[in-house]
Amino acid sequence: MEREKLIKAMEGILGERGVIHEREQLRTYECDGLMNYRVIPDLVVLPESAEDVQRIVRICHEEGIPFVARGSGTGLSGGALPVESGLLIVMSRMRRIIEVDLENMRMVVEPGVINLHVSNEVAHENYYYAPDPASQSVSSIGGNLAENSGGVHCLKYGFTTNHVMAAEIVLADGEIVNVGGGKANDAPGYELLGAFVGSEGTLGIATKVTLKLMKKPESVRTLLAAFGDLEEAGEAVSGIIGAGIVPAAIEMMDSQTVAAVEKTVKPGFPQAEAILIVELDGPQAEVDSQFQRVYDVCETAKASEIRIAESDEQRALFWKGRKAAFAAMGSVANDYYVQDSVVPRTELSKVLKRIGELSEEHGLQVANVFHAGDGNLHPLVLYNNENEGEGERAEALAGDIVFACLEHGGSLTGEHGIGLDKKKYMPKMFTEDDMNTMQLLRCAFDPHHLCNPGKVFPTPRLCGERPGPWKMHPIQKAGLAEMF
Amino acid sequence: METKLNVQGLEGIVENVTEATGADAIDGVQPQVVVEPETAEQVAEILKFARSEGVSVATRGGGTKQGWGNIPAAAEIVLSTERMNGIIEHEPGDQVVRVQAGAKFSYVQQSLFRANQMIALDPSSKLKEATVGGVVATNDSGPRRYKYNTTRDLIIGAKVVLADGTIAKSGGKVVKNVAGYDLGKLFTGSLGTLGVIVEANFRLHPLPEAARTVAVEVETPQQAKAAMMALWHSQVEASAIELHWGAEKKLVSALLESIPEGVEAKEEQAHVMLKSIGEVRSLNDEEYDELGPYPRPDGSGGEVVVKAALPPAELDGLIEVLTNATDRRGITANLRGHAATGIIFSGFSGNDEDALVEAVEEAREIIVRRGGSLVVREAPASFKRRVDAWGPAGDYMELTKRVKEKFDAAGTLNPGRFLGGI
Ligand SMILES: Cc1cc2nc3c(=O)[nH]c(=O)nc-3n(C[C@H](O)[C@H](O)[C@H](O)COP(=O)(O)OP(=O)(O)OC[C@H]3O[C@@H](n4cnc5c(N)ncnc54)[C@H](O)[C@@H]3O)c2cc1C
Ligand SMILES: Cc1cc2nc3c(=O)[nH]c(=O)nc-3n(C[C@H](O)[C@H](O)[C@H](O)COP(=O)(O)OP(=O)(O)OC[C@H]3O[C@@H](n4cnc5c(N)ncnc54)[C@H](O)[C@@H]3O)c2cc1C
Repeated sequence: MEREKLIKAMEGILGERGVIHEREQLRTYECDGLMNYRVIPDLVVLPESAEDVQRIVRICHEEGIPFVARGSGTGLSGGALPVESGLLIVMSRMRRIIEVDLENMRMVVEPGVINLHVSNEVAHENYYYAPDPASQSVSSIGGNLAENSGGVHCLKYGFTTNHVMAAEIVLADGEIVNVGGGKANDAPGYELLGAFVGSEGTLGIATKVTLKLMKKPESVRTLLAAFGDLEEAGEAVSGIIGAGIVPAAIEMMDSQTVAAVEKTVKPGFPQAEAILIVELDGPQAEVDSQFQRVYDVCETAKASEIRIAESDEQRALFWKGRKAAFAAMGSVANDYYVQDSVVPRTELSKVLKRIGELSEEHGLQVANVFHAGDGNLHPLVLYNNENEGEGERAEALAGDIVFACLEHGGSLTGEHGIGLDKKKYMPKMFTEDDMNTMQLLRCAFDPHHLCNPGKVFPTPRLCGERPGPWKMHPIQKAGLAEMF
Repeated sequence: METKLNVQGLEGIVENVTEATGADAIDGVQPQVVVEPETAEQVAEILKFARSEGVSVATRGGGTKQGWGNIPAAAEIVLSTERMNGIIEHEPGDQVVRVQAGAKFSYVQQSLFRANQMIALDPSSKLKEATVGGVVATNDSGPRRYKYNTTRDLIIGAKVVLADGTIAKSGGKVVKNVAGYDLGKLFTGSLGTLGVIVEANFRLHPLPEAARTVAVEVETPQQAKAAMMALWHSQVEASAIELHWGAEKKLVSALLESIPEGVEAKEEQAHVMLKSIGEVRSLNDEEYDELGPYPRPDGSGGEVVVKAALPPAELDGLIEVLTNATDRRGITANLRGHAATGIIFSGFSGNDEDALVEAVEEAREIIVRRGGSLVVREAPASFKRRVDAWGPAGDYMELTKRVKEKFDAAGTLNPGRFLGGI
């Protein structure tokens, strides 16, 4: 279909205000949170209902036009990167909360609804939505669903996939299907919902989502412990887990990160080789008693200092220090590359040591700040893009870190997804047969590969790709969200 | 052996090939041979063989739930996972276990208990024979799903063999992982129709130090709902909220687990919360065995066992629909269920088959209209010839067929058993 005709067809469905076709305006959508890659979409459309999406997708299906769904564009793996000569379907106008059903602790929302708005909607009744990615004030439920997003609290409460009850999906041929049981559990049939969550927009477009709400915990307690080295901090983590405690969050930062944080947001953290933040929540009696145990474990692991948050303000300060970690790196390095990989927790100290060696081999610094409870590392490779070749070296080092994690039984990604960024690494983790088997699912949902093609699975590089240094996301710059 | 099946061909692949007996029949369908492969590669060869010979394969774990689903269209080969029964890897510090599909679930749990850990699923202790593969393939659930969710939430990796012999894995052995599609979830509950599960990885939870069950006696469905809602919407964080609805006793109970101090506090709170509804007490060990969350009617509670689901807040309605449909027809129905998950299991017995069919159809009609489902778990073959085990599927049926087609185009695996007769 000619571009002009396509524009007309889209305007016929969405009206003029629902179609963006001026080159300058299209540039707004040329990348997502991973700004290394940019592709200008042919056309951007802004549907307002599932029927709109269906009609748009039908045309794509008939004309063989590839399309990509986009939520808030905060994805860090290039999942929402447009496809050249394709359509970008932006969900931001589908932001209605369709139903709040407190009796059943469920909420039905359109996919463009912002994660934090779900919790805000029911906060006055003491309920909340558990998955809390650091981007929760901007990222959309549709994007969370597609990425199976996690948050600090997912150690105890699970990921997006554990909190989505049902979804309405527009398939690549324009058919609408409802997967999952809805408000009732256990609809008979295959786990199509479980397969869809985390499929990074390659199996269809979610147009309605039923979420599980939870009662807010009765009590929350947080402590911060400082250690002489990462290993001792690691022992404390093992000790806590070994004691049968499931904290709401366990986060770790190394000395480099702490120093950077102290330079910028100044939370007044002790200068230590490693800092651990542990949060417990739940019924008061349980939390109080387990909190004491956590304290004891930290002492046994030779913590040089333990601070307990005595007020909400103090707790907020602990978290502020942790949340500022990524942004603070800007004060000690011009550029940095964020890695997101996972290792079994018992391999943490070995992998951290290996990262130290790799850092020396490549002659670049790596700062470590991570979700210690579930082994999800976010090593930050620091570099200066103005120095000839350093960008490439940083990328190579980041790649070597991924391989080290895989060698120790880990995974390519813990929460940011494969997207475009890591598809070249997929064969390091999966065999041809593994990936072909995954493709069977793709073929059942989207036989012609029109739905977000070229993501997740390795294919030749796109012509529009422009590799470049990592840059701070605008929402981060604006102070709306922290990278975590 | 009087059979068209090329048994020699099978014997070339795997050592243990035996003639099937009456005990191997599935809903009256008589298989010809039972094979017991020892490796994924052998499973692959058996499936390729079956496909080339145009015969069907019914995978079997412990055989405790072999009759779930519709009557099979065919089942020439029973592929038993019995010889693939080891724990491959358990690193307590990682809270992850990797096991072969034929391992007995109870055996795996027992060995995890020694490290003070568990897979947070509760197959009944009576079902000692159930295997990990069977647990995954059936995606059944126990009371603790209230707190820990179900198999699909706890499986973090799987190795499967497809009908064409492809051996594939997805996921891994870390809890947090979003690389690639989650095939472990897709295979959960697929009842052996997409491939043979040969390995599964689970995330583990610490074994609770202390536990107590607090129960309140109720008389009406409305009281049952009120008790469930009070517990569900509280901050007590129960591990299970269950319904027991028998002729003699009707209870809503909460399984409270934590450290000892925590359990005591929770127990006190639960007592306070429930006392306006009915008589509240903490169950002693004997009562707990009889009335607590664990025993279920599955397989023991009647000729026809159903699983019905509605949105949890409609618990009262769910009880009424099931009791109305049965009472009027002189059918005894013991109800048990996961109250706060909106799921009730019921064993129907008494009266004749016509009445049982009518009761199930009536209840299903109402429940489906209200947005839920009613699945027939176990029933005599004669009953299953009259009533579809699954009931109507939603608008996802076409997609379901396409998934089956992609994974098992020739229909080799458990044909006819699943939703929509696939
Ligand atoms: C500062 C910052 C902090 C972050 N912190 C975290 C964190 O703590 N944890 C974490 O997990 N992630 C985090 N992220 C990553 C990102 O926020 C998440 O991946 C988020 O879920 C993406 O949501 P989005 O609405 O921005 O989606 P987008 O970036 O717009 O899209 C992401 C993917 O989802 C698909 N998609 C979007 N909407 C739909 C739909 N309706 N149907 C089908 N597919 C759809 C897209 O095609 C794309 O593949 C962070 C990002 C930033 C910039
Ligand atoms: C009170 C109670 C509580 C329970 N709680 C739970 C619970 O919380 N969670 C839970 O998951 N289960 C639970 N169960 C167990 C469940 O109901 C079944 O008993 C069990 O899963 C069947 O295992 P099996 O090995 O006997 O399977 P079988 O009866 O041998 O097989 C059942 C089905 O699975 C297929 N199958 C078996 N093995 C494989 C394989 N390796 N690959 C592909 N398909 C295969 C078969 O083809 C068949 O269709 C509970 C049971 C009871 C009675």
